[in-house]
Amino acid sequence: MTPDAVGPHGRWGVTGALVILTAPIIVLYGWLLLASFSVTITGLVPHGLTLANWRFLWQTLPNEANAWVAAGNSLTFAVTVAVFEVLVGAMAAYALSRLTFPGRGLFLGSTIVLHSFPSVTLLIAIFLILRALGLYDRLAGVILVKLALDLPLGIWIMKGFFDGVPWDVEMAALVDGYSRIRVWWKVMLPLIRPGLFAFAIFAFLSGWNEFLLPYVLLPSQGSQTLSVLMASLSGEERFADYGLVTALSVFYILPAVAVFALTQRYLLRIFSGGVKG
Amino acid sequence: MDVVLEHVGKQFGRVTAVEGVSLTVGEGELVALLGPSGCGKSTTLFLVAGLYRPTSGRILFGGRVVNDATPQERGVGMVFQSYALYPHLTVFENIAFPLRVRRSRGAQIAERVRRVADLVGIAELLPRRPAQLSGGQQQRVALCRALVKEPAVLLLDEPLSNLDARLREATRAEIRRLQRELGITTLFVSHDQAEALSIADRVGVMHGGRLIAVMTPADLYERPPSRFIAEFIGTPPMNFLEARVEDGRLAVAGVMPRPLAHPVPPGTYLLGVRPEHLELAADGDLRAEVFLVEQMGREWLVHAACGDASLRLLTGAGAAVAVGSRVSLRLLWRRAHLFDSQSGAAVPFGLADDPR
Repeated sequence: MTPDAVGPHGRWGVTGALVILTAPIIVLYGWLLLASFSVTITGLVPHGLTLANWRFLWQTLPNEANAWVAAGNSLTFAVTVAVFEVLVGAMAAYALSRLTFPGRGLFLGSTIVLHSFPSVTLLIAIFLILRALGLYDRLAGVILVKLALDLPLGIWIMKGFFDGVPWDVEMAALVDGYSRIRVWWKVMLPLIRPGLFAFAIFAFLSGWNEFLLPYVLLPSQGSQTLSVLMASLSGEERFADYGLVTALSVFYILPAVAVFALTQRYLLRIFSGGVKG
Repeated sequence: MDVVLEHVGKQFGRVTAVEGVSLTVGEGELVALLGPSGCGKSTTLFLVAGLYRPTSGRILFGGRVVNDATPQERGVGMVFQSYALYPHLTVFENIAFPLRVRRSRGAQIAERVRRVADLVGIAELLPRRPAQLSGGQQQRVALCRALVKEPAVLLLDEPLSNLDARLREATRAEIRRLQRELGITTLFVSHDQAEALSIADRVGVMHGGRLIAVMTPADLYERPPSRFIAEFIGTPPMNFLEARVEDGRLAVAGVMPRPLAHPVPPGTYLLGVRPEHLELAADGDLRAEVFLVEQMGREWLVHAACGDASLRLLTGAGAAVAVGSRVSLRLLWRRAHLFDSQSGAAVPFGLADDPR
């Protein structure tokens, strides 16, 4: 809808409605932020001002992983997943979009079937395989698993980007003397760069938010990610320190919010084909 | 460099796109491949470019077999129907792109880009991006990109079909001028017969994956070797009348049988007459009823019904024809063509009593 389609009053009305609808979420996050700096919380009302909840920033919590180490693990995990998903996915997607080879149809079909499996059902098998490979409780192992589970959808999305690039452009580059792989690098990738960028951000956020795989496959404290540390803190049976949990939540959310805020205009392009006009 | 195709064929799986195409494009010659869509003309061009490998036959560049050579090894420049410019690069970088493949020196590249941009007249567009250009400008950039590597062979795949009519004519002349000036062997693909006839030294007509004729534009128009070509070439299209040959006489529906000068095997034929070879005349060969008059400026196109057949003829503007009136038409027999009704092949004939 263009701004002119509704009058100024209508626009305020729409904005008002959206504010009311989103208010619960905003209030919740606001409360989370307030609570992380409060001494006690009764019901929904925080009392007192303190930095004690943020103590994980300068000390390791007893019987828990160091928050900075966990954040480092999360970052390594998310960045590696994003980079490899784009790199490997873009190659596979190009091949599926442009080349004919035996088994192409089967490959296309099976990637989407694989994506439809709930990853929980694979956990036991993944656990056994990783242990056999010596990758259990190692970040590299979880990265591999995450890549394997997320790549199919990524390949499908990126195949769509490549499908949107006209054949002629590629043929022109071949006539201009470039090899297939250089055409891919010099012409195809730049053309779908906005889409790839958006996809990389989604992959990063998905990696940053991933809980199940690190929880099951990274049991030791040194390799824990932030999501697992969060669960560990809030899962304390006797006396969960809610102040601590809220502060860690904010700490955990902030990078994701920052990435989203900085890149949101690119994210929209993933739905518009990823090719700039 | 001359380009020779010897019985070239291309199959995609079970589909035969091109079959038994033999063609020689001489050094510095411009040959147009003409045909309806799906006739295999673009496939033939892509085979010459090296984008497709032929499944049979040989392609030779200057006597050297290039069947397995890449486009780069063949040294071809190509302009695509959609221009296929790189949207992420400036015009300068688009033109420089073929030069960057071999890491030539930057100054040398800039020099060559500027020279070809001057030649085609787009020097002022170099800093822009393709999206900021009009269709005609994009077309020129694509031409520059094809010419910048000084190709031995220039391939043009429907380069004018996305331009408006006026620009198309100007660009057509421009391409012809450049091609002559640079003396580049050129293969030009088009579905537009007027375009092909006007630009080419010779025209190859393709139909159903085969090259059915290669002739000069004048021959193609004046002496079409088959009914398909006669029908395809020329606007407005040729008229066809059912005809019979019996006892050495040619009988055309509604016309007095006329004696033939040379023997023609008896049988059924089609008489082809171009619209400009039918005249209004008081003592004509045919009677017809006018049902439509199209005023096209300099000329009028008159549609008239003659028995079952519908005839088109060109008259000067302001001719005395009214819709619904009956007219008498004279056939210019010497400019008419006789085609075998079965095979469609042209059959030479002449009338014994043709007054002109």
